[in-house]
Amino acid sequence: MEGFPILSVMLAVPLLGALACLFTEARQARQVALAATLVDLALGIVLWASYDIGGAQWQFTERAPIFAGFSYALGIDGIALMLIVLSVFLMPICILASWEAIDKRVGQYMAAFLFMETLMIGVFCAQDLFLFYIFFEAGLIPMYLIIGVWGGQNRIYAAYKFFLYTLLGSVLMLIAMLWMVNFTGGETSIPVLMATDFPPGAQTWLWLAFFASFAVKMPMWPVHTWLPDAHVQAPTAGSVILAGVLLKMGGYGFIRFSLPMFPEASAQFVWLVWGLSMAAVVLTSLIALVQHDMKKLIAYSSVAHMAIVTVGLFAFNVQGFEGAMLVMLSHGLVSGALFLCVGVIYDRLHTREIDRYGGLSINMPKYALFFMLFTMASVGLPGTSGFVGEFLSLAGIYQVSSVVTAVCATGVILGAAYMLYLYWRVAFGVQRNADAAAMPDLDLREWLTLGPIAAAVLWMGVYPESFLAPMRADIAALDARVARAAPDGDARLKIGEPKPAEEHSEHAAPAAEGAH
Amino acid sequence: MDFVASLNLIAPEIVLSVSGLVLLLVAAWAGDKASRAISIAGCFVLAACFALVAPAVCAGVSGPDTLAFYGQFAADSFAGFAKLLIFAAGGAALVVAPPFFERYNAMRAEYPVLILFAVLGMCVMVSATDLITLYVGLELNSLAAYVLAAFLRADDRSAEAGLKYFVLGALASGILLFGMSLTYGFTGTTSFAGIRGALDGEMAMGALMGVIFVLAGLAFKVSAVPFHMWTPDVYEGAPTPVTTFFASAPKVAAMALTMRVTLDAFGHQADAWRQIVIFAALASIVVGALGAIGQANIKRLLAYSSINNVGFILIGLAAGTAEGAAAMLTYLAIYVAMTVGSFVAVLVLKDAEGEPVEGIADLAGIGWTRPAIGVCLMMLMFSLAGIPPLFGFWGKFVVFQAAVEANYIALAAIGIAASVIGAFYYIKIVKVMYFEEPADVVTGKSDWAHWALLAISAAFISPLGYLLTPWLGDLADKAAAALFVAA
Repeated sequence: MEGFPILSVMLAVPLLGALACLFTEARQARQVALAATLVDLALGIVLWASYDIGGAQWQFTERAPIFAGFSYALGIDGIALMLIVLSVFLMPICILASWEAIDKRVGQYMAAFLFMETLMIGVFCAQDLFLFYIFFEAGLIPMYLIIGVWGGQNRIYAAYKFFLYTLLGSVLMLIAMLWMVNFTGGETSIPVLMATDFPPGAQTWLWLAFFASFAVKMPMWPVHTWLPDAHVQAPTAGSVILAGVLLKMGGYGFIRFSLPMFPEASAQFVWLVWGLSMAAVVLTSLIALVQHDMKKLIAYSSVAHMAIVTVGLFAFNVQGFEGAMLVMLSHGLVSGALFLCVGVIYDRLHTREIDRYGGLSINMPKYALFFMLFTMASVGLPGTSGFVGEFLSLAGIYQVSSVVTAVCATGVILGAAYMLYLYWRVAFGVQRNADAAAMPDLDLREWLTLGPIAAAVLWMGVYPESFLAPMRADIAALDARVARAAPDGDARLKIGEPKPAEEHSEHAAPAAEGAH
Repeated sequence: MDFVASLNLIAPEIVLSVSGLVLLLVAAWAGDKASRAISIAGCFVLAACFALVAPAVCAGVSGPDTLAFYGQFAADSFAGFAKLLIFAAGGAALVVAPPFFERYNAMRAEYPVLILFAVLGMCVMVSATDLITLYVGLELNSLAAYVLAAFLRADDRSAEAGLKYFVLGALASGILLFGMSLTYGFTGTTSFAGIRGALDGEMAMGALMGVIFVLAGLAFKVSAVPFHMWTPDVYEGAPTPVTTFFASAPKVAAMALTMRVTLDAFGHQADAWRQIVIFAALASIVVGALGAIGQANIKRLLAYSSINNVGFILIGLAAGTAEGAAAMLTYLAIYVAMTVGSFVAVLVLKDAEGEPVEGIADLAGIGWTRPAIGVCLMMLMFSLAGIPPLFGFWGKFVVFQAAVEANYIALAAIGIAASVIGAFYYIKIVKVMYFEEPADVVTGKSDWAHWALLAISAAFISPLGYLLTPWLGDLADKAAAALFVAA
């Protein structure tokens, strides 16, 4: 693989596919899009397979100085690798999920999705600060169009809200980036900046500017309000990508920028992050409990899960980081799958109202099985992907703060409450509605979308080592980087008094005799 | 400094004035029938001037060798950079005009001649290193522009635009002259170098008033808040090809002139004018953004957008450094492409009878019924909003970078946060074009020349534009350096 610019190819394939989709009929556009995403998935698998665990920190690096002021520099570490694999894994599923649901302006729709894929991969593999920003920000355009053109009833409001909220969040980050580059004398390389020690006074402001962007993207309470609107109005595949990958950009931002670049400021603001996360876990879980709209419920559950990610990240220890990464990967799969599950029945009945369904396990047993698996994974049942990540995150934060752990652990209970309540209302009970009772079970296409995710969820739940191994060295490096600023734990550990010497006299005696 | 060397330096201006006069005679004898031929000849003249100026810009010439007529005129690479943009914008105004005016039987042979004289005036403006040269160039440009604004004589709106432009332009010229006379009175010289030497250290109150009045007059010409009120009316009322011209070339000229006056003549008094510039920049960004939100006419909206853009350009001036000047030039280059592209897109919009469509509501759904216009307009709107990966982002990027490097971080942060307000109305256009049901108003065909210009500007502001950044940045750096060598 030496010398083959695999990352550039992964960026180029969907881009070319997008251009091709613009000029083709609906049928060919679907096929082109599926082909392009499958090629990228294959490349992603090659990337994962040829990633050298324990090798150099940055692999597959490419660099071309073709711009002024910044460079075209790509490269990945284990963290970026896993997020890229998640993106390319979800994309073909999204295309399949929109196969029939989207019947107008198919070419443009597929083009927007493929363009989105290029930008997502670009965000995770950019090694230049400004290149990252361009990819990060450019994602607004296709997502604005996807929500606004193919979305539901209230799509225009949701599209505006999504666009302006995230734009306002990220422009301040640009100013912070400009300041950093100016401070280092024109250094735009992310790996170099990750090792740069900025003065603590400046870190505070830089951290806040980055936080404004990532907190909106993540999204953290109370700047999460764009998310339920965007999720509810977006078409199914749009929700999958939004929940599956776009939200991860916020977490990736924290792990790539905020923590390693500004460790002191991160430590300074831990209580802000913890406080917002605790609020998010409890409040959005309670809000999720009373939703009547399935997509809205899952959207609020996303906010709660992302809060577990932020507490894990700001625990400043290996367990916390690993847990946060696994929650991100797991949530990408599970929430994506849950949106697909909603999409399956939405395509049949064209409503997301929970009360319009009921007893689906009778007429759609296979669907009910999948839906249950993903519900359990979202709750965090051992054996599914959700458990591993949440457990590690909470274990990480427990080393630092018992209070935060106690509050965040309620998220697991509340999560079980709202997810099981949802599942009960949709799949169990009597079949209240005749039209819902007449819905056919999954067809082959839906099997193809839900099956792979189910396999991945179980794989991550049973053998998370496959996913942790590539990230371990990078997380250790991050831990070493932030160790100097890590907050003290509140678990006032006391070193016990050594027992009086007499009790050990039998063992100690020979030594004492020897000393004489 | 002998006379021949001076004449050599002003070769492009000589070419422009001689060919302008010759074409005027042709127009007088051949009449309006020849207007297309004169337009084509005008394009060739501009191309020839472009070729004359380009080598100096690429070489980055500066210093005493570029001064003509005993320091009254500088043909340095800074002026050259601005001239290239002016020639390009003037050429665009010539290309788009005939198909538009012929519809009203209003295509007159004077139009290309007036454009050439306006371009000549602007060339003198950007090269001026003396208050008198400055005023001559400014008035030459303005007088041509007043006539152009009222070019569609039968149209009330056009006549009104011409009158408004004239009255307010004359007022601004008066303010500028007043400032110039105060400056002359307190420094005893009209040359920029002399003023710079005289205005060193503590400044007398009268001289300060001179600086303020000069800046106020210039702010009118670049349409910065609070001297912007004429812009929406004139842009809306003037014929669209003329508006294309107004929004691009004179903006470049006036901005370059402002740069030379502030950074060269008042270069030692940066602290005196900086607060004015900062206020004008932020006020322009905010007023431009808020004013655009309620507009129903796309030309008015683009007028507010140009006010908004002027605010961003002035942020580079507030930095007061060579980087800031280079950033302004880069922004101007991108701005010209975006503005010309937007107004040409407006020219392309026609209803079934071929009447121009200007209402924003009439654009509903054209993203689907006329995909080519839709895609181009969408790209232009996102580019004007400064969303990457479109090239408009780069202009904002370099300007804010210059501000941060000069340690004006609060200014940069407030400016960029206010740019989000502006994004609202740009994405509103995209919303109308793509999210609404087609209104089927825009159905008419358009001239190939319009399409060609639209395609060129769309290609320039597409992500491909980033490939130009090393080259564009280099030219802008050299040009800015030339400005600071003189200073």
